[in-house]
Amino acid sequence: MLDLAAKTETPKTADEVVEIVADAGATGRTLEIVGGGTKRGVGDGVAADVVLSLAGLAKVIDYAPEELVLTAQAGVTLAALEKLVAAQGQMLPFEPPHLAKLLGAKGKPTLGGALAANLSGPRRIRAGAARDHFLGLEAVTGRGELIKAGGKVVKNVTGYDLSKLIAGSWGTLAVLTEVTIKVLPAARTETTLLLFGLSDTQANAAMVAAMNAPVEVSGAAHLPQAAAARPPLKGQMAVTALRLEGFAASVAARADHLAEALLGFGRAERLDADHSRQFWAQVREVEAFHKDPLPLWRISVPPAAGARVGEALAGDTLYDWGGGLVWLLSEGDPLQVRAKVKALGGHATLYRGDASAFEPLEGPLADLTARVKAAFDPKGVLNPGRMGGA
Amino acid sequence: MKMPLPDAALIARKAEIVRALQRLVPGEGVIGDPAGLVPFQSDGLSAYRQTPLAVVLPETVEQVSAVLAWCQANGVKVVPRGAGTSLSGGALPLTDGIVLGMAKFNRVLEIDYPNRCAVVQPGVTNLAITAAVEADGFYYAPDPSSQIACTIGGNVAENSGGVHCLKYGLTTNNLLGCEIVLMSGEVVRLGGKGLDAAGYDLLGVVTGSEGLLGVVTEVTVRLLTKPQTARAMLLGFPSVEAAGGAVGDIIAAGVIPAGMEMMDRPAIEAAEAFVHAGYPMDCEALLIVELDGPEAECAELSAHVADLARARGATTIRTSASEAERLTFWAGRKAAFPAVGRISPDYYCMDGTIPRRQLPYVLSAITQMGLEYGLGVANVFHAGDGNLHPLILYDADQPGQLEAAEAFGADILKLCVKVGGVLTGEHGVGVEKRDLMGEMFSETDLAAQQRVKCAFDPDLLLNPGKVFPRLHRCAELGRVHVHRGAVAFPDLPRF
Repeated sequence: MLDLAAKTETPKTADEVVEIVADAGATGRTLEIVGGGTKRGVGDGVAADVVLSLAGLAKVIDYAPEELVLTAQAGVTLAALEKLVAAQGQMLPFEPPHLAKLLGAKGKPTLGGALAANLSGPRRIRAGAARDHFLGLEAVTGRGELIKAGGKVVKNVTGYDLSKLIAGSWGTLAVLTEVTIKVLPAARTETTLLLFGLSDTQANAAMVAAMNAPVEVSGAAHLPQAAAARPPLKGQMAVTALRLEGFAASVAARADHLAEALLGFGRAERLDADHSRQFWAQVREVEAFHKDPLPLWRISVPPAAGARVGEALAGDTLYDWGGGLVWLLSEGDPLQVRAKVKALGGHATLYRGDASAFEPLEGPLADLTARVKAAFDPKGVLNPGRMGGA
Repeated sequence: MKMPLPDAALIARKAEIVRALQRLVPGEGVIGDPAGLVPFQSDGLSAYRQTPLAVVLPETVEQVSAVLAWCQANGVKVVPRGAGTSLSGGALPLTDGIVLGMAKFNRVLEIDYPNRCAVVQPGVTNLAITAAVEADGFYYAPDPSSQIACTIGGNVAENSGGVHCLKYGLTTNNLLGCEIVLMSGEVVRLGGKGLDAAGYDLLGVVTGSEGLLGVVTEVTVRLLTKPQTARAMLLGFPSVEAAGGAVGDIIAAGVIPAGMEMMDRPAIEAAEAFVHAGYPMDCEALLIVELDGPEAECAELSAHVADLARARGATTIRTSASEAERLTFWAGRKAAFPAVGRISPDYYCMDGTIPRRQLPYVLSAITQMGLEYGLGVANVFHAGDGNLHPLILYDADQPGQLEAAEAFGADILKLCVKVGGVLTGEHGVGVEKRDLMGEMFSETDLAAQQRVKCAFDPDLLLNPGKVFPRLHRCAELGRVHVHRGAVAFPDLPRF
């Protein structure tokens, strides 16, 4: 699927991107859009004539910490950005996973890539997804037109919210050249409450109880015994983790409250801030499932149904988002995986593996999706086949 | 303000159209008599009025689907309507179209605490969602000030905000799914109870599309647990600059308040005279800062905020000691619009957003413009997120004043865009700001948006004349394409 022989274009300006896309449209060629190239392996093979890399568009345009807004070119790396905002005591609220190691990739993930794939980390349950912090964009559509949408302020309803549409479109609608995101103050401190030895069902119930207590849980994950036994934890028992972030006095008060609310599930141990950060970094990166030859599924279901994924499908699981995000290592028949997940009200994406990656759409929704694709990219120039039919 | 030229042939077919719709929605579901249509002539932007051909009030998704399919087949335009509280004319009827009123879709269908969501019909009011779950310690976060009346379907259409969106987000950040009916009559489900959905985020683009893409027939909203405590602070400052500085300091200190509102002197005086909230009368700007969370957090942060306010020269610093006092602090702000209504025969509410650092400049420019137009202004302001609500005071009975207020308002919004902001923070474009869209977007930008419209509604029958300054037929947009980097409309300025 990776055609290493394909020519790579690395434009330095948005106008050059316009030129490349327009030229491809005019000459009937196709483009594979990459940032750091870390997620190229996800999705159906893109057999494009030319690779269009955004690595040459990597400048931060404007960052005003007091406005909670940051504008950067799409090719800026997540690592550079995280360092920049951390220096101002701020964070990317959606805690984007890098996933390079999970996907066995060498490059550095970019902001544009994280937004294009709408990738969000454990804080998704509290702060929202990547798409919720995506305020505005400049992008080149498949028609070779440079467009602007959204704005550079935190609150805006002017015109259609194309940022949301582009988030999660995996480069099939437009090539992001410049993006504006909302940033937030970083938490002053954090702690994590750990429960040990719970079954998946008990853990799911514990995560629901924690999320339904007024304590602003900002991470809720469960590693069953098999996942916990793998590196980096190499533990003996299943571990269920609940994160609290904020000002010290508040975190302490909420931790007490939460520990009491969870007494029915056992006595919770607490991690200090450093260990808490380490713990959530490995959850975010799904480290337990690095370097495993089995197909890896990313499954999204209603959070309370998380444990039922593990019951319905054979394989090792890791639960994030309070049960709403399930990583599953499984050799199961892809059609069966999709059918069982769909029956639980969710959908499945194959992150590592050879079958078709994205959930196929049906009926009027599939038709509407195809019309939206055609509105932006009528000739199918951008990432052909990346999201399956679209 | 011009609307698309009505189609006289369609208006002449009114009786036939009403009869056909009555077959689809029997009983009292179709209103065609002139007296019955009067209540539907306008929405919250009451300066504009038009009488629709008919009003249809369906009760089932099947009826919505049948009505839309019939209208598409017969070329009849449709304006969807919730409670009609839009402040930008989003539900303004068309004289050659019908209004599709969703008021009968008023049931809460399911409350699902384990998944922290509620499934409701679009005609349920914003406040009714919270009312259905608050006894169990939950609430629905977005709280537009019309929340007692406005419907969740309308909130989805407008991507409504409220005073708590700095911390809790707009409608779009609090939705999980919805069911919509396309103009073709096809029913499409977007999202569900999970935290993301397969395929494109069509829910994200439908939210805030102002009724132009589909008719919402069901909504799944996120529920939050109620904070343990909430405390409000009243902070009076000797100048708008000092208050603006304090807002920046609070955020720089890492505090994201649940709400942070500013009022200028005319707004403070009007509100105090109306509700007697006990606001200080010796200040030029008043901040209301609300902190929520555990008691320990509210105590720590309110002390911190007080220190920051003091350092900016605050002359009044009061923290609510009880829930009753907290509500009193808010009472004046929440009644600011009607309070201004008492000191002026009419007022016109604007809704731009600016980068907060531009606040002192923008407010002084607005004051200056008011002098030039000969009209007063009172300012209330969602200070945390830079969303301005200048209230332009005028008297519609004085010849020329409405026009002057509109021109003044347009100047304010142009200024917002010029300093890096946007035309509308939460009220929507509608008809009100439609002709200003060119201030923010190029023809190419707008064409890209209109192609999305075409993907949903190729005949442009759903709420036409709103949002976009010019109607392009979809076939015409399809032909616009670019060769070898030659950008369409090269002479137009880019922003």
